[in-house]
Amino acid sequence: MPVSLTVNGQLQSVDVDSDTPLLWVLRDHLHLTGTKYGCGIAQCGACTVHLNGQPVRACSIPVGAVDGQQLSTIEGAASPAARALQEAWEDLAVYQCGYCQSGQLMSAIHLLEQNPNPDDAAIDQAMGGNICRCATYGRIRAGIKRAASALAGEVKA
Amino acid sequence: MNAPESLSRRLFLVRGAQAAGLTLGVALAPGLRAADGHTGATPKAAEARLEASAFVALTPDNRVVITIKHMEMGQGTYTGLATIVAEELDAAWNQVEVVAAPADERYKNTLIGMQITGGSTAIANSWTQMREAGAAVRQMLLAAASAEWQVPVAELRTRSGEVLHGPSGRRATYGELSVAATAQPLPTAVTLKDPGDFTLVGKQRLRRKDLGKTDGSALFTQDVHWPGMLTAVVAHPPVFGGKLKSVDDAAARAMPGVVAVLEIPTGVAVLAETFWQADQARKALRLEWDEGEGATLSSSGLIAEYRALARQPGALARGEGDAEGVLAGAKRVLSAEYVVPFLAHAAMEPMNCVLHHTAGGVELWYGCQSQTLDQKNVAAVFGLPPEKVKINTLYAGGSFGRRASFDGDYVVETAQIAKAYGKPVPIKLVWTREDDTRAGRYRPLYVHRVEATLDDNGAVSAWRQRVVGQSIMGLAEREVDRTTVEGLRNMPYAIPNLRIESLNTRLPVSPHWWRSVGSTHNAFAIESFIDELAREAGRDPVEFRLAMLGDHPRHRAVLQLAADKSGWGKPLPEGHYQGVALHESFSSYVAQVAEVARQPDGRFKVVKVTCAVDCGIAVNPDVIRAQMEGGIGFGLSPLMYSAITLDKGRAVEGNFDGYRVIRIGDMPEVAVHILPSAEPPTGVGEPGTPVIAPAVANALFAATGKRFRELPVGPDLFA
Repeated sequence: MPVSLTVNGQLQSVDVDSDTPLLWVLRDHLHLTGTKYGCGIAQCGACTVHLNGQPVRACSIPVGAVDGQQLSTIEGAASPAARALQEAWEDLAVYQCGYCQSGQLMSAIHLLEQNPNPDDAAIDQAMGGNICRCATYGRIRAGIKRAASALAGEVKA
Repeated sequence: MNAPESLSRRLFLVRGAQAAGLTLGVALAPGLRAADGHTGATPKAAEARLEASAFVALTPDNRVVITIKHMEMGQGTYTGLATIVAEELDAAWNQVEVVAAPADERYKNTLIGMQITGGSTAIANSWTQMREAGAAVRQMLLAAASAEWQVPVAELRTRSGEVLHGPSGRRATYGELSVAATAQPLPTAVTLKDPGDFTLVGKQRLRRKDLGKTDGSALFTQDVHWPGMLTAVVAHPPVFGGKLKSVDDAAARAMPGVVAVLEIPTGVAVLAETFWQADQARKALRLEWDEGEGATLSSSGLIAEYRALARQPGALARGEGDAEGVLAGAKRVLSAEYVVPFLAHAAMEPMNCVLHHTAGGVELWYGCQSQTLDQKNVAAVFGLPPEKVKINTLYAGGSFGRRASFDGDYVVETAQIAKAYGKPVPIKLVWTREDDTRAGRYRPLYVHRVEATLDDNGAVSAWRQRVVGQSIMGLAEREVDRTTVEGLRNMPYAIPNLRIESLNTRLPVSPHWWRSVGSTHNAFAIESFIDELAREAGRDPVEFRLAMLGDHPRHRAVLQLAADKSGWGKPLPEGHYQGVALHESFSSYVAQVAEVARQPDGRFKVVKVTCAVDCGIAVNPDVIRAQMEGGIGFGLSPLMYSAITLDKGRAVEGNFDGYRVIRIGDMPEVAVHILPSAEPPTGVGEPGTPVIAPAVANALFAATGKRFRELPVGPDLFA
């Protein structure tokens, strides 16, 4: 069945079984491989994308349910919050193996877009669905705070 | 400057198949994907590279391309090894690029004797080799400039990617000298820097060289896509040791996208155009299994059996004095049993592999941890000579030991699928999380029994410890497997009567190394029991340990530092308690003080860990900190939550809902303190992990008065 999606601002059409999880449409059909498979049951967050601006787990959403809707993935992450987070991630060497980090960043981008100055509790709440087996959690907290400061500085300037 | 060192065989500064000169690289550039989005080989990396040695290439556009022989799985080896080469080469950090080495004996691990990443050896085995590799090419650059400018080498110096001639003011970049330098003969001797002159080694934070990990562009195995590629999933026996009896694949074959259903030695493979099609078709297979003898296995049964075995003598791994006699005559013997479960590695990227078999040979793309072994294993499947198997090592989405196996398990499985299919198309094997979690290759279940007695002065006069569990090396019942007793056989405490025994069991569940291997359970048992003895003696746990570490200055120093930095012995906020542990693994020394805090609901949080580490010269202090932080987080999961439970021969847990691991809210603040050292550098990937479980268990004892001798201590305890 043909499904149309707007992914990172581009209209895409795929002919695929409508039960196919969004994750596998992104990865196997659209070759947007930044969004990762980690568990398939919405436990690990490696497949986090934004659906109409909300973070969702792409592994657990049938593509038929998002026909005609707006998606953004790590490949399209370009907002001020996204840029600030990516820079903080590089500056603080947040990542290790990196496999979960697309999902971590997509969750963090949404957090900063909702709450420009999150404390540890808010960070732990927003990021609690994203597992990192390298346990980069401490640096994820630090990276989010650094990005928040950088964004606040830009606003003042 | 140090005295010149002769270039030893370990240097392997021989050039590749092509002599120095133009080499058209087809190496994968980490972090950058191909123009076609498929191979990961970038136009940039494929540009002309001038190979100076097996490890260093220069380019006319002034890049320095360093070949990294170890797999990058997050531990920072691309950064670490590049730092060492760049240091001796005097390259500018921002001109340094890295590529993964092919499978080739020249890239073997000099400590292990084959090409493998493991045992926290990347830095340790490469330190001298990479220094010499950098120094050799620096000398070639100097020789080239000397010849071109007709000035003595003694008047030249290098700095940050340039050769400079002071008297004339001439200067040239490494790029400008690349053609002439790489045409120079490799030096037969090199002069290494005095560590006091280091400008990159020991710098606080160099930008990592594993790129592409913040924008989705890093290429993992999971991301490889070739035109015409098929995806394979495999139905494995549900019971360890089970075998296929029959398969009815009619329904599966009729499903959309399915190309083939194949019986292979490890199960039944489904090949389809996409992952989802393959996975759906696998569900439609009607499978009958011969469950075999493993069908009665259960964790609870094994624990009972191992506890009984631990009361009988095992094979002697270390014996000093007369522990048996002293214990037999002691007025009071303390004893304890420690139990740890099977653990899965649960790397974020489940196991996978891409393989293309053609008439010309076999090519693979995956996070390869043991290149020459895998090469031989794959070659054997096809009956090819190993050199017909080309391995492209990609980033691994974590490993923790999982990807380094003697028999190449999932890699060989991919080869078996390709062989059974027989057509020359690329095949990607994908294991789901459940496949990965239930596949075995676990950190084995172990039971320890420890008995000890104190003398009249409260010092430990005798200690006997037995460990019962599977031998990772597959040894017989009464052989001593060094991986079982590592960290135990060499426990540092001065105890006059000491006896360490081990007993190997055999199960159809495959055992495997898991970040810090034997130390995962040995440190837990030793450091928990030492704490019990300190309390029994009425002594401070830090002081008690220090008193037994007279001959071990590096152990003493990290313990003292962790105690000092954590405020050990000083008043803590109400409801806060500390525990301490100390362990050496892979020649790195780590002490940790864990602080737990009682929450309003009575449960606990691990709020802070103070970690002191001595790993010799700190090549990349920030990578060391990151590995201590990550190692602590990795070790917290099995302390708090993780276990693979066997029931009726099956792994109960299949995904992160059952196989629970820590999340961000569980992660304590970690403060890492690195001991200054002039010793050769040792590894940091594993040594942070084994220390945290006993440190937290000891803190929980301080808080509750209860001993926690079985892992995991369980989610009920933590908020």
